[in-house]
Amino acid sequence: MYGRKVKLRFFFIFLILLILSFTVFLILKSLEENVVYFQSPTEVKTLAEIDDKKIRIGGMVKSKSVLIENKEIKFIVTDFKNEINVIYAGIIPNLFAEGKGVVAEGFLKDKSLFFATKILAKHDENYMPPEVKEALKEE
Amino acid sequence: MFKYFEPNKIFSITSRAPKYVLLVFIIILCIGLTEALILSPEDYKQSHSVRIMYVHVPAAWISLGIFSIITFLSIAGYIFKLKNFFLISKSLAPSGLVFNIIALVTGSIWGKPTWGTWWAWDARITSMLILVLFYILYLVAWRIYGNNDKVFKITAIITTLGIINVPIIKYSVDWWNTLHQPASVNILSKSSIHISMLYPLLIMTAAFALFSLLIFLMKYNTELIKIKNKGLDRL
Repeated sequence: MYGRKVKLRFFFIFLILLILSFTVFLILKSLEENVVYFQSPTEVKTLAEIDDKKIRIGGMVKSKSVLIENKEIKFIVTDFKNEINVIYAGIIPNLFAEGKGVVAEGFLKDKSLFFATKILAKHDENYMPPEVKEALKEE
Repeated sequence: MFKYFEPNKIFSITSRAPKYVLLVFIIILCIGLTEALILSPEDYKQSHSVRIMYVHVPAAWISLGIFSIITFLSIAGYIFKLKNFFLISKSLAPSGLVFNIIALVTGSIWGKPTWGTWWAWDARITSMLILVLFYILYLVAWRIYGNNDKVFKITAIITTLGIINVPIIKYSVDWWNTLHQPASVNILSKSSIHISMLYPLLIMTAAFALFSLLIFLMKYNTELIKIKNKGLDRL
């Protein structure tokens, strides 16, 4: 139905897309460690060694773990499998709360202690009016 | 080399369309803004800053949608040698770029009170920034090679390269740990956004789509007039 040239051009674009997808896939796969924005406590546990490079860890702020003393705030980041204690002095975002997502940037002392230099609150994908949240709580 | 199309016939429709599109756009935008800014509830957690979402999310959707359409048209235009497809792509690109920038800027404005930072080099945000660069690359290619038949091949290649980025943007939040939250609106599974917030979001998306259509029609008419002025009524 179509001429030879049309088929060739189709094949040409198809090949470009194929090669490109594979290349990008391989690049992203090999760079996975750098593509992720933060590591979970479980991923930190499996680290081979701790260096003094700045990293980010993320997870949920464990319920009833936030402790404020003097100018320091201490809390536990959990992914419900492993936990890391975080110590931080500085400004915390408004949405930082127990049971909510958090990303902390800083340095690992050891695999269960983290000195944060910056705290970011992670927002989840749930959007609802306050009344609905109340109704959900009561259920 | 390119198939014939008759600008006069198309022009008789597209030259009259903008005023109607403008009218519908203004009506839908008014409804959308009233819903989004006044009638819709505040969020249980982020309170009123949720309203930024009604601009941010539609803008991101439209910019991704336009890039996909441009790519499809450019590749089809390249394979079947349809010049008209390239003119449509060229006329669509500017509004795609504008909405892409709007998505990044509003995301930044939302990020400061919510996350505590204006910018994060996470996978979603970085891949959206790459999309802006592809839009710019595409438009610059038209500026440089606009009066040369090379432009069709070059823009087809640019969009083919850029389209790889689109699924990466979409799935970045599922594949990797990102600061950006995963999708709230899902077609196949249950959405995690309350229905009272979903409606304004969809109305705003319709308004932005109409705005893109309006800008597209204006740009496209300009292209057709340019062809007319060259004294050709066929290409």
